[in-house]
Amino acid sequence: MSASQAAVSAIDLEQRSKRDARAERLFRWLLKGCALLVLASLLGAAGATLWGGREAFSTFGWHFLVSTAWDPGNDVYGALVPVYGTVMTSLIALVIAVPISFGIALYLSEVAPAWLRTPVASAIELLAGIPSIIYGMWGLFIFAPFFADHIKPWLTSNLGNKPDDGKLSWIAQHVPFIGKLFGSDYPFGASILVAGIVLAIMIIPFISSVMREVFQTVPTRLKESAYALGSSTWEVSWDIVLPYTRSAVIGGVFLGLGRALGETMAVTFVLGNAMTLSASLLDPGTSIASTIANQFSEASGLQKSSLMALAFLLFVVTFIVLLIARLMLRRLASKEGR
Amino acid sequence: MLTSRKSSIRFAAVAALAVTSTFGVAAQATDITGAGSSFVYPVMSKWSAAYAEKTGNHLNYQSVGSGAGIAQIKEGTIDFGASDAPMKPEDLKQYGLGQFPIVVGGIVPVVNIAGVQADQIKLDGTTLADIFLGKITNWNDPKIAALNAGLTLPAGKITVVHRSDGSGTSFNFTNYLSKVNADWAAKVKFGTAVEWPTGVGGKGNEGVSQYVKQIKGSIGYVEYAYAVKNSIPWIDLKNATGNVVAPNAAAFAAAASTADWASAKDFNLIMTNAPGAQAWPITATTWMIMYKSPKNAANSKVAFDFFKWALESGQQDAAALDYVPLPPALVSRIEAYWASEYKH
Repeated sequence: MSASQAAVSAIDLEQRSKRDARAERLFRWLLKGCALLVLASLLGAAGATLWGGREAFSTFGWHFLVSTAWDPGNDVYGALVPVYGTVMTSLIALVIAVPISFGIALYLSEVAPAWLRTPVASAIELLAGIPSIIYGMWGLFIFAPFFADHIKPWLTSNLGNKPDDGKLSWIAQHVPFIGKLFGSDYPFGASILVAGIVLAIMIIPFISSVMREVFQTVPTRLKESAYALGSSTWEVSWDIVLPYTRSAVIGGVFLGLGRALGETMAVTFVLGNAMTLSASLLDPGTSIASTIANQFSEASGLQKSSLMALAFLLFVVTFIVLLIARLMLRRLASKEGR
Repeated sequence: MLTSRKSSIRFAAVAALAVTSTFGVAAQATDITGAGSSFVYPVMSKWSAAYAEKTGNHLNYQSVGSGAGIAQIKEGTIDFGASDAPMKPEDLKQYGLGQFPIVVGGIVPVVNIAGVQADQIKLDGTTLADIFLGKITNWNDPKIAALNAGLTLPAGKITVVHRSDGSGTSFNFTNYLSKVNADWAAKVKFGTAVEWPTGVGGKGNEGVSQYVKQIKGSIGYVEYAYAVKNSIPWIDLKNATGNVVAPNAAAFAAAASTADWASAKDFNLIMTNAPGAQAWPITATTWMIMYKSPKNAANSKVAFDFFKWALESGQQDAAALDYVPLPPALVSRIEAYWASEYKH
């Protein structure tokens, strides 16, 4: 009785292990499939845009990268203005968003009383979930007019090289480039700076929630030791928390940057959509994503191909940015001797 | 594609039968699909609702842009395409397509100058083009003053607002500017999108309206309905005969009836700068594009019935949306075109 029972359970066991092995193989394939799917769609999208843009690349060659023309009437296209707009708005967004996000995350993880942390953290997550078109509408209807009436006049008359009263301010005369950056005689809000500010508001939730998460992983004993040695909150943050989480923080920053580079609708509303290259941050410009969104539906022939080529360039720009992020991380890691 | 279309018809037929048996409605419902111009989208949706109520046939119109509409009808994925720019007769012939206008609308220059009301400023085409070229940059420019005796405009920088997206509105507007200003014709040319020499771009009629309302000293162009709806002051224009006309339904209709349709093969005629004495110079239409021998004859027949109904009974709905009914002479010309070019 017991012998036959043992035999049965042995067979059971053997069958089970076979079944397990099969399931294991299947599971592994499934996982591989998931990973390959991402890779395939990435390569597919990059390849398709490159293929779609081949006519533009072969017609204009490297001139496509440095030309400021975008002239459907004469069928001449160049990518410099949209690429500049994309990079510049994203840069402004980062310059504003990173310090603010750092402050939010530090406050929530180090300073805020416990009862406040959860509500504020979930408010930030809610902010991340707002569709970008809503930021665009807010930017166009409320922020851009406010900026034009209250902030822009101050900037142009105190920093710019084209003040309303014609008198150059001391700063504009003595600090190089600043006059050009803030000089503008366009009387309205939508501009590269406004687009950068709206983008900053959009990416703050991403960056700050990543930062908050990683700040919470810093071991309490490290912080407590520093406090015990008499460190201030700032010293603990800057010398303990930040170095401990540096690579994850940079990862979060680049997550936000990635979103800023590809953002379409909000930027289309507040960037002014002008195909002109201007040094001024207060002048309108255009970005890669908004140019595509604006023109794709009515484009044909060489214009469509040029839009595809622009899409490919957005891939390239994003890829370069991620590459820089990787290199920075590697250098940091080697510096820390890890 | 064909089989799925068939099955959708069969489904529609079954649905219609079910409706017939329960409610005793006699019509057999068919779904027809069109795509293209966003210029006609408002009137299309109004028409399709009224037509469905009358016949039980549903019209599904997607406002995806004229270029996409033409691409889709060439691929045969829809029953009709709609475009703000006419196709050339040789292209039509190559694909076995025909085209005809369906409704007329006006495009008006709008301004935002303190104290200036609608119809106060008068311009001619050349001056308008010079403003959009960035050659005239101030509202107190002598060229503007010369056209506006008795009206003193304040000194103020002109900001040009144009469409940022490719659109039929831009197509007709730039077409007009290139007809009346040699410089514009040589440098900028015309199209659904052009390289604007100056100014900022708003997305859609809404975007341009919004920018013009926000920017003091700005000038833009929108479809007439948007100017009326947002009460943005428009300007009057000197037309081809030298008369100053105000934009309104009568002036758009005058342009449609005086345009030279008789010598335009396949209605390949852009109506801007029409020769009539009372004609508004920036009047536009949208063309419906259909196969002469369609793959799906049943759907095509319904589409023709729909267009016939739209031309004959639907024009009041169009007028309610600030479009203009086609003049009777043009309607009979279109019906003659159907009889001679299409087999159904």
